[in-house]
Amino acid sequence: MKNVALAALFAACLAGPAMAQNAPAVTFDVGGKFDRSFNQAAYDGAEKFKKETGVQYAEFEVRNAAEREQSIRNLARRGASVVVAVGFNNRSAVETVAREFPNVKFTIIDSVVELPNVQSVVFREHEGSFLVGMLAAMASKSGKVGFVGGMDIPLIRKFYKGYEEGAKFANPKADVLMNMTGTTPAAFNDPTRGAELARGQFDRGVDVVYAAAGATGLGVYQAAKDAHKLAIGVDSNQDHLHPGTMLSSMIKRVDVAVYNAMIGARNGTWKAGVTVLGLKEEGVGWSLDEFNRKLVTPEMEKKVNEARAAIIAGKIKVTDVTAAR
Amino acid sequence: MKGELPRWVDLGLLPAVNLLAALALSSLVVLAIGVNPLAALAILVRGAVGYPEAWGYTLYYATNFVFTGLAVAVAFHAGLFNIGGEGQAYVAGLGATLVCLGLDALPGFLVVPLAILAAAAFGAAWGAIPGWLQARRGSHVVITTIMFNFLASALMTYMLSNVLLDPTYGSPETRHFAPHATVWKLTDIAARFGFEAPRSPLNAATLLALAAAAFVWVYVWRTRAGYALRTVGANEQAARYAGIDPARTIIAAMAISGALAGLMAVNEVMGSQQRMVLAFTGGYGFVGIAVALMGRNHPVGVCLAALLFGALYQGGSDLAFEISTINRDLVIVIQGLVILFCGALENMFRPALAAFFARERAAA
Repeated sequence: MKNVALAALFAACLAGPAMAQNAPAVTFDVGGKFDRSFNQAAYDGAEKFKKETGVQYAEFEVRNAAEREQSIRNLARRGASVVVAVGFNNRSAVETVAREFPNVKFTIIDSVVELPNVQSVVFREHEGSFLVGMLAAMASKSGKVGFVGGMDIPLIRKFYKGYEEGAKFANPKADVLMNMTGTTPAAFNDPTRGAELARGQFDRGVDVVYAAAGATGLGVYQAAKDAHKLAIGVDSNQDHLHPGTMLSSMIKRVDVAVYNAMIGARNGTWKAGVTVLGLKEEGVGWSLDEFNRKLVTPEMEKKVNEARAAIIAGKIKVTDVTAAR
Repeated sequence: MKGELPRWVDLGLLPAVNLLAALALSSLVVLAIGVNPLAALAILVRGAVGYPEAWGYTLYYATNFVFTGLAVAVAFHAGLFNIGGEGQAYVAGLGATLVCLGLDALPGFLVVPLAILAAAAFGAAWGAIPGWLQARRGSHVVITTIMFNFLASALMTYMLSNVLLDPTYGSPETRHFAPHATVWKLTDIAARFGFEAPRSPLNAATLLALAAAAFVWVYVWRTRAGYALRTVGANEQAARYAGIDPARTIIAAMAISGALAGLMAVNEVMGSQQRMVLAFTGGYGFVGIAVALMGRNHPVGVCLAALLFGALYQGGSDLAFEISTINRDLVIVIQGLVILFCGALENMFRPALAAFFARERAAA
């Protein structure tokens, strides 16, 4: 019996540091890596790295605030080539641990930490949201478009504000209805409530709805399909979920950011500092593929692309509600 | 439930048997996903208590559970089921935050006790309202405390997104408290004496938790008010007949319960995070129910059960970290099984043990 226990311990030690020296690492936020949205985009980026290089990355999904610092420190201590922290909630944890490990590289997604060994990647979600807001207003027959957010937090308002401005840009008379799903982080994983909110908006005349609510959006898209209305996806390209009723998706290339951080740390091209990914850098955008081709008229496509160019050129200013006040 | 158990069996053997059963079933789950259960157990134990940093995290989690477990236990002695620890702690965090941010011009020896009192007061208020509704209006405290959890998170999301947030970053969290307006971490205390403590969120709130446990013992078993509390819990009619006002007792019990849950904010907000973050309560309020059940609503039992759950949290975290096929959901399954066996299926082994010890006694 003692031998079995010893063997088990030994096996545990072997299984333990599942990560090779110099492999990259990633921590996902509380939504979990299979939320089909934000975290999953990060997961896709890490998987792409693994597929191309054959290097197994280390990973951790946090459950609570204390685990953020703990997991980031553990990954740094094990000699990760770069520790990618996904989500704005990690700012303080990355700041603390990056000071402790000045020789380890850190990448934080969706927030900014100004230290010489930290790379910060933030997105201009309001710009992408502006474009899908235009699409929504142009596709709407009733002139009423909807928005379903997760929680009423600044990041989600950033999506909303851009969307609203885009809709009003395309149709100054457009009505934009907005609902937030809840007040706890569970609001990002509540498809049932998402479907209810979408139906409520349809009853009030909305015929295009945009969801920025993680997995809650899945309920919104389903409700749109059932009611023969249109929906707009977020973060990942979600057009394939319900071809015919998915008008488009506001794509946020978290996958590219994670992939770039990992491959950069491997090739030696990783650089500290703040990277802002907007329309210009193709860090955000709108999707047009075989699943939504029929829903987007050439005229809509032309107008949206014109607006895109105008935003890049600085001729259209989209409000960023999270910009420092 | 015939047959009294010897005290050591009731308090020691039975929980141990329940725990073993939970671990046995967990082993099968772990085996089913192709991991050696002994290896997993070894990591779990080592992760919980195997190195200094692990102890730090285990004790830090345990501190949360002592507060929320005591909160449930006190209410339970008055015959009330307080499911609102989560919301009470959340709102208590607001009290602590307002003092720590607003009054940090004061010196530390004033601002820290004031913030602790504010946390307790806000938690007490958030518990007393459902208590009042139960006592005076007959609204069941289980329903109202659940509703107050949602009200708390609605309030706090609003406060963090609109009022308290640090405008430089625009994410729903406050700025860091000034260093003198925080509860000392073990690392800070050690640094003062010139040596290095393992990195963990462990802070002086753990001592406060022990003091709270002692307070609960004295209050419930050594004071008039505690006697009234237990009498109301045992039989409200009898209490009234004995001249006790059940309504007042119920409101007081819920206020104390809320204050205890609220002190969790001292550990999380003032000690660990040293700022207010969204959803810092992280479900600790709910786990407090299981802690109180397992600890038999006794302060000593609650402390021991809190230690076990702290170890499960920290060990589970290491488990998810070390073995990639074991993710956090499986860790929750294991913790759930422990709660199931120690809480809900508490009476499963009791009849068998009672029969066994009855035979022993007859033989002796």
